[in-house]
Amino acid sequence: MPGFDFSNYNRNAALHARGVPLPKATSTGTTIVGCIYDNGVVNCEKLHYIAPKIWCAGAGTAADTEFTTALISSNVELHSLSTGRDPRVITCMTMLKQHLFRYQGHIGAYLVVAGVDPTGVGLYTVHAHGSTDKLPYVTMGSGSLAAMSVFESMWQPDLNKEGAIALCAEAIKAGIFNDLGSGSNVDVCVIEKDKPTQLLRNYEKPNERGQKERNYRFPRGTTAWLNQKVISKEDMKKYVTIETLSGDDNLAAGEKMEVDV
Amino acid sequence: MDHQARETVGYSFSESTASGVKQHGFYPYTDNGGSTLGITGSDFAILAGDTRSTSGYNINSRMVPKVFKIGGDDETGEGANIVLSVVGFAADGTALKERLDTVVRMYKYQHGKPMTVSACAQRLSTILYQKRFFPYYVHAILAGLDEEGKGALYSYDPVGSYEREQCRAAGAAASLIMPFLDNQVNFKNQYIPGSGEGHALAAKKAEPLPLETVKGLVRDAFTSAVERHIEVGDNLQMVIITKDGIQEVYHPLKKD
Repeated sequence: MPGFDFSNYNRNAALHARGVPLPKATSTGTTIVGCIYDNGVVNCEKLHYIAPKIWCAGAGTAADTEFTTALISSNVELHSLSTGRDPRVITCMTMLKQHLFRYQGHIGAYLVVAGVDPTGVGLYTVHAHGSTDKLPYVTMGSGSLAAMSVFESMWQPDLNKEGAIALCAEAIKAGIFNDLGSGSNVDVCVIEKDKPTQLLRNYEKPNERGQKERNYRFPRGTTAWLNQKVISKEDMKKYVTIETLSGDDNLAAGEKMEVDV
Repeated sequence: MDHQARETVGYSFSESTASGVKQHGFYPYTDNGGSTLGITGSDFAILAGDTRSTSGYNINSRMVPKVFKIGGDDETGEGANIVLSVVGFAADGTALKERLDTVVRMYKYQHGKPMTVSACAQRLSTILYQKRFFPYYVHAILAGLDEEGKGALYSYDPVGSYEREQCRAAGAAASLIMPFLDNQVNFKNQYIPGSGEGHALAAKKAEPLPLETVKGLVRDAFTSAVERHIEVGDNLQMVIITKDGIQEVYHPLKKD
């Protein structure tokens, strides 16, 4: 059974009573949205894999969204293996809400769950305390009000795929520009019946960094130093294996897609 | 915490000082975010600030300038030779700028000559200290040209302590911008390559920078601050003071 270690609880309560502040977990300034269309569903930003056709967007305490979705993803896979059926979105949502309710809101995960299953399209929100909503369009996070205002004014029941993606991107952008907590790029995940799930990372990048005007390279020898030690390549070979790479830039580890599968 | 509870938890602390008396709140200040920055050269001074006004996670406006001309002949600020930037609580910033502007204009009417920057700097300190126990919640920077025509910059704390400096960053992103300025304007932590061995290197001497270099530094400081501070953004207002007068330019910044 997964669980938490509470052995430091009394010590922390004592420290807190003396005025020592509790450690602060990273809370993500986030806008996440989801919206269904004729035979699929779109959701945007900060995406977590649950099952091939079920994805989750997370806002709130970053570590909580990460671990909660990973845990439920495992259990969903085991459940589908044991039943021999494709997992359902409502199953995943129920597992999430039961897990979160048990922890009475202390696990600060605010999620949008979206996917397609044998029963059709599913789109839900799950709050940290365990309450859920089932709606045709949903938003969560600090930018949820800005994003919802876009849905409320532009959503229609007969959206096609392109329209749903554009509307979701527009809703996320409302969050990016009008909520200080949300920023930079739009990621989109399109889950469609009988088609592989598409993850469009950086679907839109409306906030590229401005070019620097000046050059900030320092001439060699600018920094003072206390002592120097030269280790030759020959000496290094005594301890490690050295392989020399060519100067090809493509060999350097670049920024790859960050998806936690 | 009552006596019984302390027994059960098995630890004890000094008595809490909180009494049962109802505490009333009075919160006259808000933080409107934003950042300002000033750099001087041999014959100019630059004051700059972003134009975003925030409260919490909301944006009040994307166009609220923080840099003002002081002691001009009319509302446009024409004829002024001093500029003031204020960041912190915007309402106090406006009130302070209005006060100083009035004082500097009255000085000109009464004495028939414009106020010097050093005199204005001392007067601003007095205005701030007069409200020692209910301060103007702002970090002010005053800039102009001194009696020799050199760039002059004075920075203030909210209660009037002030100092003439070569450069200063204030506001939300001050902690991001100031170390950059120390390194790029006063050449802190930079040594002359080959001037000695190890720690005995000669430090790179600070000297006044040309105007175009300073403009570049100001824009780079703000485009970088925008990346790492959510309260900074929208537009960059730059006010450049030279012997030919005051020039004001705006540059767009990221709006996310």
